[in-house]
Amino acid sequence: MLAFIMRRLGILSVILFGSSFILYNMAAISGDPLADLKLSTDPNRDFLVASLTRELQLDVPPPARYFLWLKGIFGIFIGKPDFGMSRDGSTVAHSLALAIPVTIRLVLAATIFAIVLGIAIGIVTALRQYSRFDYSMTFVSFLMFSLPIFWVAVLLKEYLAISFNNFLREPNVPIGWIIGLAIFSGVFWASVIGGSRKTFWTAFGAAAGIAATIVSVFSLSGWFLNPGLGPIIITGMSVGIAYGVTQLSVGLINKAALKASLTMAGLSLVAYYPAQWVFDKHPGSLSVFIMACVTITIAVFVGLSFSKIDRAPIVRTTIITAVLSAGLVVVDKFMQTWKPYMETDAINYRPVPTIGQRSDLLDSPDYWIKSLDIATHLFLPTVALTLISFAGYIRYSRGTLLEVLNQDYIRTARAKGLTERTVIMRHAFRNTMIPLTTIMVVDFAGVIGGALITESVFGWSGMGTLFRQGLLGYDLNLLMGVFFITASLSVIANLVADLLYSALDPRIRVGGGA
Amino acid sequence: MVFKKKSDQNAEVNSSGENAIANKEIEGLSQGQIVRRRFFRHRAAVFSLGVITFIVVFVFTALDFRFLGIWHVKGWWKWSPEDLPELRFGDCPNDTVGCPTISLLPKALGGNGIGLGDHPFGQDDIGRDFFSLVMKGTQRSLSVMVVIGFLGGTIGTVIGSISGYYRGKVDAVLMRFTDFIITIPAIIIGSVVGYHFGNLGAIFLAFYLGLFAWTGLSRLVRGEFLTLREREFVDAARVAGASNRRIIFKHILPNAVGVIIVSVTLLLSGSILLETALSYIGFGVVEPDVSLGLLINKYQDSFTTRPWLFWYPGLFIISIALSINFIGDGLRDAFDPRQRRRISKKERQESASARKLAQAND
Repeated sequence: MLAFIMRRLGILSVILFGSSFILYNMAAISGDPLADLKLSTDPNRDFLVASLTRELQLDVPPPARYFLWLKGIFGIFIGKPDFGMSRDGSTVAHSLALAIPVTIRLVLAATIFAIVLGIAIGIVTALRQYSRFDYSMTFVSFLMFSLPIFWVAVLLKEYLAISFNNFLREPNVPIGWIIGLAIFSGVFWASVIGGSRKTFWTAFGAAAGIAATIVSVFSLSGWFLNPGLGPIIITGMSVGIAYGVTQLSVGLINKAALKASLTMAGLSLVAYYPAQWVFDKHPGSLSVFIMACVTITIAVFVGLSFSKIDRAPIVRTTIITAVLSAGLVVVDKFMQTWKPYMETDAINYRPVPTIGQRSDLLDSPDYWIKSLDIATHLFLPTVALTLISFAGYIRYSRGTLLEVLNQDYIRTARAKGLTERTVIMRHAFRNTMIPLTTIMVVDFAGVIGGALITESVFGWSGMGTLFRQGLLGYDLNLLMGVFFITASLSVIANLVADLLYSALDPRIRVGGGA
Repeated sequence: MVFKKKSDQNAEVNSSGENAIANKEIEGLSQGQIVRRRFFRHRAAVFSLGVITFIVVFVFTALDFRFLGIWHVKGWWKWSPEDLPELRFGDCPNDTVGCPTISLLPKALGGNGIGLGDHPFGQDDIGRDFFSLVMKGTQRSLSVMVVIGFLGGTIGTVIGSISGYYRGKVDAVLMRFTDFIITIPAIIIGSVVGYHFGNLGAIFLAFYLGLFAWTGLSRLVRGEFLTLREREFVDAARVAGASNRRIIFKHILPNAVGVIIVSVTLLLSGSILLETALSYIGFGVVEPDVSLGLLINKYQDSFTTRPWLFWYPGLFIISIALSINFIGDGLRDAFDPRQRRRISKKERQESASARKLAQAND
């Protein structure tokens, strides 16, 4: 295994060396970095040209200059990488350090949403193969495949951001919208649940009724201006989560898991007020992180104390329930911040921005308001990226699950008399996840460098923007810095994907060939 | 329907079980016939095939067609992108200018009757007919797409099949070369060429994008060749004394053609999105040439006042990409030997009643 990794890394570094060499020379002859200076009428033009030449070592011919650049990169091994200077006088390492977190922030949430939603919908469509739900989701996913992101982005800006901001001026949902939403949610849930005509209409009625009630109550009580969940609703939702997670993970038949999860749901009510105190007195990412750790620790203890045998699945169930219910408490805190956030001068009741990564005018020192500001700026790009990328996951997880469901071991599991839940969640779902995991890894590395268009549409300055800057401004070091990061990431991700595949699927052995 | 007669016969056949229905249906048909029948059963794919054919014919006959100054065909549309007709003032909503004259609502329902009018998609800032601009842009995007698909498909198939068939050192070298191409951003090559030779136009853009678009395809084809070359019919051909060339072209390639066609379709729909995206951020087709992405980029700010400048190019991109994706889906279903058609309720009932009848007769 080690030999395999070493050999792969060796080959990959040779490839990276070759492509970076060619790229460096290509980019070097693609334009003259001094062109605009030479044309300027500045009196100290010659001095500027000379100093830039010295700084960027432009007097060295490109093939030789490449090795100077490479020498700086090799500094990685002694912990002091040198990506060189960019044209505006700052170091490339500095620009990269600013851009990478921005890009990760931009794509992280979208990728996670796309994966979770895509896999969930893909699995449901596979289980309801050839149903109306399957056909409509197939259509939706093909439509998403065919959408240019820059086009979607403009539509989202217009219809999601500007219209929603206008709506907040007078947050009363019109009756037509309520009916429409109710019908949509009824049809959606009824098709997901499926079954006989009677079940279909029961589900339709229930889902439509619930949706209509929720939206009307929200609309009448001015919830959209001053949202919040409150301890009672949080507890109710946590109990629902506890039942749902237990059912999916080990089945409701497992009483120990159900009791442990319900205990965690109850604890979320107990912890609600202390959590508010911590949020207000010690705001910051550190205290949120510490509280998350405390939650997980408590969940482990609760899970262990309720279980006698077969502890791992029960503890796992408890942890998932606990994290989700704790997440509700944090969401509630964000909702409470909504009103003060909207009242700040920088926002002035138009909370969904169409461009940028934060409001420059916002001068509130409050941690929650600043976090909410980042979240609202993330909203549109995340929706756009999720819409574009989750179609792929739907198609892929659907295809894989259908393939898996045809296997002999699924027939065996059914023949043994296992419940449908066990067959789907334990035998089918896990095997579906093997190829999906490897795709996720490669995808994630890909989007780090590939959000060029999204960044330009939404006015974010991440890796894509740096790449563009480097290319248009003939800024060689900047360009190569971005290339180095994205290329190494994709190369490493491919290696990790291969290793993961062999770790997850015992039938695959790496190290033989390749 | 052409196949109606055959399926009527099938319905009469006393068959038990779903496999029997499926098997009966393909009895005595060649591989090509089976694939064609499966494809034509995919309604969305057939519909998409119609749509894309219509779009291609519609778009390419709309404008004047010149070829090297010797061949000149007149287009059916009265304006060309170079014309500067008078900008339409008045009778537009919200005091805008140059609004579309297309009307789809018949007079009976209170509309202006079905018709294109003078400028069906409106006019741009200086009065150019937007319909002809969109036609020109769609022509560009479609030709770019075809060139990328052809080039990427050919290179990918050749490299993938050689590497999968010969394995060993050849495979290692070719696959490392593929990895190498994957790491190079195609935009940079474009900007080098752009700097030295100026703007060479849309077809050249397609050419160099095609030179970088084959990597995914070559990996798929290689995988297919690796499995197919171990099959018995390849051994049989080799024992019979067939040359490598003959085995590749006559025995393996026909069996891999499904994978190739399906991924080329996906490559096509991907490349129209790639071209429009590149043109949108300014690295693709540049003015004075026209492309759908370029049009969207130019008029995205006027979305609130003159949304038609934004809608029509986007609708063309989406309908082209969507149709191709559906055709690809239909082809995949058609080529997949494991794919079993959904047995309709009627057929299942018929087969069940036939079985009952057979049991009663026993």
